[in-house]
Amino acid sequence: MTINFTVSPSFPNERISDWYIFNTWLQRALSVPIHLELYNSFGAQRAAIAEGKVDLIYANPFDASLLVREKGFRAIARPEGPPDEMVVITGTDSPAREIRDLQPGTRLACSDDPCVNTVGRILLEPANLDDSNTVEHRRETYIQVARELLRGEADIGFLPVEAFEGFSPLVRRDLRALVTSELHVIRHVFLVGPAVAERTDELTALLLSMHESDKGRGILEALGARRLLPVQHEDVEFMIDIISTLDQ
Amino acid sequence: MKDMDLADIVGEAVEHVLTYTGGNTRRVYVTPIETPYPHGKLIVSRTDTQGIITQCNQSFVDMSGYSEAELIGQPHCLLRHPDMPAAAFRDLWETVQAGRQWNGYVKNLRKDGGHYWVYATVVPNVRDGKIVGFTSVRREPSREKVAAAEAQYQEMRGS
Repeated sequence: MTINFTVSPSFPNERISDWYIFNTWLQRALSVPIHLELYNSFGAQRAAIAEGKVDLIYANPFDASLLVREKGFRAIARPEGPPDEMVVITGTDSPAREIRDLQPGTRLACSDDPCVNTVGRILLEPANLDDSNTVEHRRETYIQVARELLRGEADIGFLPVEAFEGFSPLVRRDLRALVTSELHVIRHVFLVGPAVAERTDELTALLLSMHESDKGRGILEALGARRLLPVQHEDVEFMIDIISTLDQ
Repeated sequence: MKDMDLADIVGEAVEHVLTYTGGNTRRVYVTPIETPYPHGKLIVSRTDTQGIITQCNQSFVDMSGYSEAELIGQPHCLLRHPDMPAAAFRDLWETVQAGRQWNGYVKNLRKDGGHYWVYATVVPNVRDGKIVGFTSVRREPSREKVAAAEAQYQEMRGS
Protein backbone atom coordinates (compact mmCIF):
# COMPACT_ATOMS: atom_id res chain seq x y z
CA MET A 1 0.00 0.00 0.00
CA THR A 2 1.22 3.50 -0.84
CA ILE A 3 0.78 6.24 1.76
CA ASN A 4 -0.35 9.55 0.27
CA PHE A 5 1.43 12.41 1.99
CA THR A 6 0.92 16.14 1.53
CA VAL A 7 2.02 19.37 3.15
CA SER A 8 -0.08 22.49 3.69
CA PRO A 9 0.82 24.95 0.89
CA SER A 10 1.69 27.56 3.55
CA PHE A 11 5.44 26.73 3.50
CA PRO A 12 7.96 28.89 1.61
CA ASN A 13 8.88 27.77 -1.94
CA GLU A 14 12.53 27.31 -0.97
CA ARG A 15 11.47 24.35 1.17
CA ILE A 16 9.95 22.27 -1.64
CA SER A 17 13.11 20.17 -2.07
CA ASP A 18 13.42 19.80 1.72
CA TRP A 19 9.95 18.26 1.89
CA TYR A 20 10.95 15.77 -0.85
CA ILE A 21 14.05 14.87 1.19
CA PHE A 22 11.83 14.45 4.27
CA ASN A 23 9.56 12.17 2.25
CA THR A 24 12.48 10.01 1.08
CA TRP A 25 13.75 9.71 4.65
CA LEU A 26 10.30 8.73 5.93
CA GLN A 27 9.79 6.22 3.14
CA ARG A 28 13.07 4.47 3.94
CA ALA A 29 12.50 4.54 7.68
CA LEU A 30 9.00 3.11 7.33
CA SER A 31 9.84 0.71 4.48
CA VAL A 32 6.67 1.55 2.58
CA PRO A 33 6.14 3.61 -0.58
CA ILE A 34 5.07 7.16 0.26
CA HIS A 35 3.82 9.46 -2.45
CA LEU A 36 4.36 13.15 -1.71
CA GLU A 37 1.96 15.48 -3.51
CA LEU A 38 2.54 19.21 -3.01
CA TYR A 39 -0.56 21.12 -4.07
CA ASN A 40 -0.06 24.66 -5.28
CA SER A 41 -3.20 26.02 -3.63
CA PHE A 42 -5.27 25.42 -0.52
CA GLY A 43 -8.30 24.81 -2.73
CA ALA A 44 -6.56 22.02 -4.66
CA GLN A 45 -5.41 20.43 -1.42
CA ARG A 46 -8.90 20.60 0.09
CA ALA A 47 -10.30 18.94 -3.03
CA ALA A 48 -7.76 16.12 -2.64
CA ILE A 49 -8.72 15.73 1.02
CA ALA A 50 -12.41 15.56 0.05
CA GLU A 51 -11.62 12.84 -2.50
CA GLY A 52 -9.80 10.78 0.15
CA LYS A 53 -6.42 11.21 -1.53
CA VAL A 54 -4.57 12.13 1.68
CA ASP A 55 -3.35 9.69 4.37
CA LEU A 56 -0.65 11.73 6.07
CA ILE A 57 -0.51 15.53 6.16
CA TYR A 58 1.43 18.36 7.70
CA ALA A 59 -1.68 20.51 8.08
CA ASN A 60 -2.33 24.15 8.85
CA PRO A 61 -4.56 24.66 11.92
CA PHE A 62 -7.74 25.28 9.92
CA ASP A 63 -7.39 22.16 7.78
CA ALA A 64 -6.50 20.25 10.95
CA SER A 65 -9.94 21.18 12.30
CA LEU A 66 -11.68 19.75 9.27
CA LEU A 67 -9.54 16.62 9.19
CA VAL A 68 -9.87 15.78 12.89
CA ARG A 69 -13.54 16.63 13.37
CA GLU A 70 -14.92 15.46 10.02
CA LYS A 71 -12.47 12.96 8.56
CA GLY A 72 -11.28 11.04 11.62
CA PHE A 73 -7.60 12.06 11.40
CA ARG A 74 -5.39 11.99 14.51
CA ALA A 75 -2.71 14.51 15.41
CA ILE A 76 0.62 12.83 16.14
CA ALA A 77 3.34 15.50 16.22
CA ARG A 78 4.13 19.18 15.89
CA PRO A 79 7.35 21.14 15.50
CA GLU A 80 8.97 22.59 18.58
CA GLY A 81 8.92 26.35 18.50
CA PRO A 82 6.57 29.29 18.46
CA PRO A 83 2.97 28.88 17.27
CA ASP A 84 1.61 30.31 14.00
CA GLU A 85 1.05 34.07 14.00
CA MET A 86 -0.11 36.44 11.25
CA VAL A 87 0.76 39.99 10.32
CA VAL A 88 -1.10 42.79 8.56
CA ILE A 89 1.45 44.69 6.49
CA THR A 90 1.40 48.00 4.69
CA GLY A 91 3.84 50.10 2.66
CA THR A 92 6.36 52.18 4.59
CA ASP A 93 4.87 55.33 3.03
CA SER A 94 1.28 54.46 4.05
CA PRO A 95 -0.41 57.12 6.20
CA ALA A 96 -1.89 54.37 8.43
CA ARG A 97 0.08 54.00 11.67
CA GLU A 98 -2.30 51.50 13.25
CA ILE A 99 -5.30 49.39 12.25
CA ARG A 100 -7.82 52.00 13.41
CA ASP A 101 -6.42 54.44 10.84
CA LEU A 102 -7.68 52.22 7.99
CA GLN A 103 -10.80 53.45 6.21
CA PRO A 104 -13.70 51.76 4.38
CA GLY A 105 -12.65 50.96 0.83
CA THR A 106 -9.24 49.65 1.97
CA ARG A 107 -7.71 47.40 -0.72
CA LEU A 108 -6.28 44.25 0.81
CA ALA A 109 -4.04 41.66 -0.81
CA CYS A 110 -4.09 38.10 0.45
CA SER A 111 -3.39 34.51 -0.57
CA ASP A 112 -5.96 31.72 -0.32
CA ASP A 113 -4.52 30.59 3.04
CA PRO A 114 -7.68 30.17 5.18
CA CYS A 115 -5.79 30.49 8.44
CA VAL A 116 -4.00 33.72 7.55
CA ASN A 117 -7.12 35.26 6.05
CA THR A 118 -9.37 34.46 9.01
CA VAL A 119 -6.91 35.87 11.52
CA GLY A 120 -6.20 38.83 9.21
CA ARG A 121 -9.92 39.65 9.13
CA ILE A 122 -10.04 39.51 12.95
CA LEU A 123 -7.15 41.95 13.12
CA LEU A 124 -9.19 44.39 10.98
CA GLU A 125 -12.26 44.29 13.27
CA PRO A 126 -11.11 47.17 15.52
CA ALA A 127 -11.30 49.40 12.40
CA ASN A 128 -14.84 48.13 11.74
CA LEU A 129 -13.64 46.67 8.43
CA ASP A 130 -15.01 43.45 6.99
CA ASP A 131 -15.58 41.93 3.57
CA SER A 132 -18.48 44.34 2.92
CA ASN A 133 -16.34 47.49 3.05
CA THR A 134 -12.93 46.29 1.82
CA VAL A 135 -11.72 45.28 -1.64
CA GLU A 136 -9.94 41.92 -1.66
CA HIS A 137 -7.18 41.09 -4.16
CA ARG A 138 -6.50 37.32 -4.09
CA ARG A 139 -3.00 36.30 -5.15
CA GLU A 140 -1.43 32.87 -5.42
CA THR A 141 1.67 33.37 -3.30
CA TYR A 142 2.82 35.45 -0.35
CA ILE A 143 5.42 37.25 -2.45
CA GLN A 144 2.67 38.28 -4.87
CA VAL A 145 0.82 39.74 -1.88
CA ALA A 146 3.91 41.79 -1.02
CA ARG A 147 4.27 42.92 -4.66
CA GLU A 148 0.70 44.29 -4.65
CA LEU A 149 1.74 46.63 -1.85
CA LEU A 150 5.07 47.55 -3.39
CA ARG A 151 3.30 48.52 -6.64
CA GLY A 152 0.71 50.55 -4.74
CA GLU A 153 -2.12 48.28 -5.94
CA ALA A 154 -3.17 47.33 -2.40
CA ASP A 155 -3.16 49.25 0.90
CA ILE A 156 -2.60 46.29 3.23
CA GLY A 157 -1.70 42.60 2.98
CA PHE A 158 -2.20 39.48 5.10
CA LEU A 159 0.80 37.21 5.64
CA PRO A 160 2.07 34.57 8.04
CA VAL A 161 4.80 36.13 10.20
CA GLU A 162 7.23 33.48 8.99
CA ALA A 163 6.68 34.47 5.34
CA PHE A 164 7.05 38.19 6.09
CA GLU A 165 10.25 37.62 8.01
CA GLY A 166 11.54 35.38 5.22
CA PHE A 167 11.35 38.12 2.57
CA SER A 168 14.64 39.57 1.33
CA PRO A 169 15.79 42.85 2.92
CA LEU A 170 15.06 44.52 -0.42
CA VAL A 171 11.36 43.58 -0.23
CA ARG A 172 11.03 44.23 3.50
CA ARG A 173 12.64 47.66 3.21
CA ASP A 174 9.45 49.14 1.75
CA LEU A 175 6.99 47.25 3.98
CA ARG A 176 6.08 47.44 7.63
CA ALA A 177 3.79 45.60 10.05
CA LEU A 178 0.63 47.40 11.15
CA VAL A 179 -0.27 44.73 13.67
CA THR A 180 0.97 41.23 14.46
CA SER A 181 -1.28 38.63 16.04
CA GLU A 182 -0.36 37.21 19.43
CA LEU A 183 -2.78 34.33 19.56
CA HIS A 184 -0.31 31.78 20.98
CA VAL A 185 -2.79 28.98 20.38
CA ILE A 186 -2.74 27.72 16.80
CA ARG A 187 -0.05 25.70 15.05
CA HIS A 188 0.65 23.27 12.21
CA VAL A 189 0.47 19.56 13.08
CA PHE A 190 1.19 16.20 11.49
CA LEU A 191 -2.05 14.22 11.10
CA VAL A 192 -2.60 10.56 10.22
CA GLY A 193 -5.75 9.48 8.41
CA PRO A 194 -7.96 6.48 9.17
CA ALA A 195 -6.67 4.50 6.16
CA VAL A 196 -3.23 4.19 7.77
CA ALA A 197 -4.42 4.08 11.37
CA GLU A 198 -2.60 0.79 11.99
CA ARG A 199 0.73 2.52 11.37
CA THR A 200 0.02 5.50 13.66
CA ASP A 201 2.24 4.31 16.53
CA GLU A 202 5.12 3.51 14.19
CA LEU A 203 4.85 6.86 12.41
CA THR A 204 4.61 8.74 15.70
CA ALA A 205 7.68 7.02 17.13
CA LEU A 206 9.68 7.76 13.97
CA LEU A 207 8.78 11.44 13.89
CA LEU A 208 9.34 12.01 17.61
CA SER A 209 12.81 10.42 17.50
CA MET A 210 13.83 12.03 14.20
CA HIS A 211 16.13 14.58 15.86
CA GLU A 212 18.17 11.80 17.47
CA SER A 213 20.05 10.94 14.26
CA ASP A 214 22.31 13.36 12.36
CA LYS A 215 20.40 12.74 9.16
CA GLY A 216 16.96 13.30 10.75
CA ARG A 217 18.17 16.38 12.61
CA GLY A 218 19.55 17.86 9.38
CA ILE A 219 16.25 17.35 7.57
CA LEU A 220 14.30 18.93 10.41
CA GLU A 221 16.62 21.92 10.55
CA ALA A 222 16.19 22.47 6.81
CA LEU A 223 12.43 22.57 7.44
CA GLY A 224 12.90 25.12 10.23
CA ALA A 225 12.41 22.84 13.24
CA ARG A 226 14.79 21.53 15.90
CA ARG A 227 12.63 18.55 16.80
CA LEU A 228 9.08 17.26 16.69
CA LEU A 229 7.04 17.05 19.87
CA PRO A 230 4.13 14.79 20.80
CA VAL A 231 0.61 16.15 20.57
CA GLN A 232 -2.14 15.11 22.95
CA HIS A 233 -5.47 14.59 21.24
CA GLU A 234 -7.16 16.93 23.75
CA ASP A 235 -4.68 19.73 22.89
CA VAL A 236 -5.80 19.51 19.27
CA GLU A 237 -9.47 19.38 20.26
CA PHE A 238 -8.91 22.54 22.33
CA MET A 239 -7.17 24.23 19.38
CA ILE A 240 -10.12 23.31 17.17
CA ASP A 241 -12.58 24.73 19.72
CA ILE A 242 -10.64 28.00 19.62
CA ILE A 243 -10.46 28.03 15.82
CA SER A 244 -14.22 27.49 15.66
CA THR A 245 -14.69 30.81 17.48
CA LEU A 246 -12.60 32.74 14.98
CA ASP A 247 -15.10 32.47 12.14
CA GLN A 248 -17.81 34.12 14.25
CA MET B 1 -17.47 34.36 45.65
CA LYS B 2 -15.77 36.93 47.90
CA ASP B 3 -16.65 40.61 47.79
CA MET B 4 -14.18 42.87 46.03
CA ASP B 5 -11.53 44.34 48.29
CA LEU B 6 -11.44 48.15 48.44
CA ALA B 7 -7.67 47.91 48.89
CA ASP B 8 -7.41 46.59 45.30
CA ILE B 9 -9.36 49.47 43.77
CA VAL B 10 -7.57 52.13 41.75
CA GLY B 11 -9.41 55.46 41.49
CA GLU B 12 -12.74 56.67 42.78
CA ALA B 13 -15.25 53.84 42.94
CA VAL B 14 -19.00 53.37 43.18
CA GLU B 15 -20.29 50.41 45.20
CA HIS B 16 -22.80 47.93 43.71
CA VAL B 17 -24.25 44.66 44.95
CA LEU B 18 -24.62 42.07 42.19
CA THR B 19 -27.16 39.28 42.49
CA TYR B 20 -26.36 36.16 40.48
CA THR B 21 -28.60 33.37 39.25
CA GLY B 22 -29.29 31.22 42.32
CA GLY B 23 -29.49 34.24 44.60
CA ASN B 24 -25.82 34.66 45.59
CA THR B 25 -24.67 38.23 45.96
CA ARG B 26 -21.32 40.00 45.68
CA ARG B 27 -20.25 43.53 46.61
CA VAL B 28 -18.24 45.12 43.78
CA TYR B 29 -16.55 48.50 43.35
CA VAL B 30 -16.59 50.13 39.95
CA THR B 31 -14.47 52.96 38.57
CA PRO B 32 -14.90 54.61 35.14
CA ILE B 33 -11.35 53.63 34.07
CA GLU B 34 -11.17 51.59 30.87
CA THR B 35 -8.15 49.43 30.03
CA PRO B 36 -7.65 49.39 26.24
CA TYR B 37 -7.71 45.98 24.62
CA PRO B 38 -4.17 44.97 23.53
CA HIS B 39 -3.93 44.87 19.71
CA GLY B 40 -3.59 41.45 18.10
CA LYS B 41 -4.20 39.38 21.24
CA LEU B 42 -6.82 36.80 22.15
CA ILE B 43 -8.08 36.24 25.68
CA VAL B 44 -8.76 32.54 26.12
CA SER B 45 -10.28 30.65 29.02
CA ARG B 46 -12.04 27.39 29.69
CA THR B 47 -14.63 26.50 32.26
CA ASP B 48 -16.27 23.30 33.40
CA THR B 49 -19.98 22.76 32.77
CA GLN B 50 -20.79 24.81 35.89
CA GLY B 51 -18.91 27.87 34.62
CA ILE B 52 -15.93 27.40 36.95
CA ILE B 53 -12.64 28.56 35.37
CA THR B 54 -10.29 25.62 34.74
CA GLN B 55 -7.73 27.19 32.39
CA CYS B 56 -6.78 30.68 31.19
CA ASN B 57 -4.04 32.32 29.17
CA GLN B 58 -1.69 35.16 30.06
CA SER B 59 -3.83 37.76 28.24
CA PHE B 60 -6.74 36.86 30.53
CA VAL B 61 -4.50 37.33 33.58
CA ASP B 62 -3.15 40.65 32.26
CA MET B 63 -6.52 42.11 31.34
CA SER B 64 -8.51 40.92 34.38
CA GLY B 65 -5.89 42.07 36.87
CA TYR B 66 -6.16 38.80 38.82
CA SER B 67 -3.35 36.25 39.09
CA GLU B 68 -3.87 32.87 37.47
CA ALA B 69 -4.14 31.29 40.93
CA GLU B 70 -6.92 33.74 41.83
CA LEU B 71 -8.84 32.93 38.63
CA ILE B 72 -8.65 29.12 38.53
CA GLY B 73 -11.49 27.59 40.52
CA GLN B 74 -13.59 30.78 40.47
CA PRO B 75 -16.86 31.18 38.58
CA HIS B 76 -16.48 33.11 35.31
CA CYS B 77 -19.01 35.67 36.61
CA LEU B 78 -16.15 36.99 38.77
CA LEU B 79 -15.68 39.40 35.85
CA ARG B 80 -19.29 40.47 35.62
CA HIS B 81 -19.69 44.23 35.41
CA PRO B 82 -22.87 45.78 36.88
CA ASP B 83 -23.46 47.58 33.55
CA MET B 84 -24.02 44.20 31.84
CA PRO B 85 -27.71 43.23 31.83
CA ALA B 86 -28.48 39.87 33.44
CA ALA B 87 -30.46 38.94 30.31
CA ALA B 88 -27.28 38.91 28.21
CA PHE B 89 -25.66 36.27 30.42
CA ARG B 90 -28.90 34.30 30.64
CA ASP B 91 -28.92 34.17 26.83
CA LEU B 92 -25.24 33.14 26.77
CA TRP B 93 -25.77 30.35 29.26
CA GLU B 94 -28.93 29.00 27.60
CA THR B 95 -27.27 29.08 24.16
CA VAL B 96 -24.09 27.21 25.07
CA GLN B 97 -25.89 24.69 27.27
CA ALA B 98 -28.03 23.88 24.22
CA GLY B 99 -24.78 23.04 22.39
CA ARG B 100 -24.58 26.20 20.26
CA GLN B 101 -22.05 29.01 20.00
CA TRP B 102 -22.76 32.40 21.57
CA ASN B 103 -21.15 35.69 20.68
CA GLY B 104 -21.58 39.25 21.79
CA TYR B 105 -19.96 42.37 23.16
CA VAL B 106 -19.13 42.21 26.85
CA LYS B 107 -17.94 44.78 29.38
CA ASN B 108 -15.78 42.97 31.92
CA LEU B 109 -14.96 44.10 35.45
CA ARG B 110 -11.30 44.12 36.47
CA LYS B 111 -9.93 43.36 39.91
CA ASP B 112 -9.01 47.05 40.29
CA GLY B 113 -12.60 48.20 39.60
CA GLY B 114 -11.89 49.30 36.01
CA HIS B 115 -13.22 47.58 32.92
CA TYR B 116 -12.37 46.37 29.41
CA TRP B 117 -14.60 45.65 26.43
CA VAL B 118 -14.32 42.48 24.35
CA TYR B 119 -16.05 40.71 21.51
CA ALA B 120 -16.61 37.29 23.06
CA THR B 121 -17.40 33.94 21.49
CA VAL B 122 -18.22 31.00 23.72
CA VAL B 123 -18.31 27.44 22.39
CA PRO B 124 -19.30 24.21 24.10
CA ASN B 125 -16.47 21.65 24.26
CA VAL B 126 -18.13 18.53 22.88
CA ARG B 127 -16.24 15.27 23.44
CA ASP B 128 -17.76 11.91 22.46
CA GLY B 129 -21.08 13.66 21.98
CA LYS B 130 -21.16 15.20 25.46
CA ILE B 131 -20.59 18.80 26.59
CA VAL B 132 -17.63 18.65 28.99
CA GLY B 133 -17.03 22.37 29.39
CA PHE B 134 -16.92 25.69 27.56
CA THR B 135 -14.19 27.68 25.83
CA SER B 136 -14.41 31.45 25.67
CA VAL B 137 -12.31 33.45 23.22
CA ARG B 138 -12.31 37.26 23.40
CA ARG B 139 -10.91 39.68 20.85
CA GLU B 140 -10.64 43.41 20.25
CA PRO B 141 -13.93 45.09 19.29
CA SER B 142 -14.36 48.27 17.25
CA ARG B 143 -15.29 51.42 19.17
CA GLU B 144 -18.46 51.76 17.06
CA LYS B 145 -19.64 48.29 18.06
CA VAL B 146 -18.83 48.99 21.71
CA ALA B 147 -20.83 52.25 21.59
CA ALA B 148 -23.80 50.41 20.08
CA ALA B 149 -23.60 47.64 22.71
CA GLU B 150 -23.31 50.18 25.51
CA ALA B 151 -26.48 51.94 24.34
CA GLN B 152 -28.32 48.63 23.94
CA TYR B 153 -27.32 47.39 27.41
CA GLN B 154 -28.33 50.69 28.98
CA GLU B 155 -31.75 50.34 27.37
CA MET B 156 -32.04 46.72 28.55
CA ARG B 157 -31.27 47.83 32.11
CA GLY B 158 -34.03 50.42 31.76
CA SER B 159 -31.86 53.34 32.82
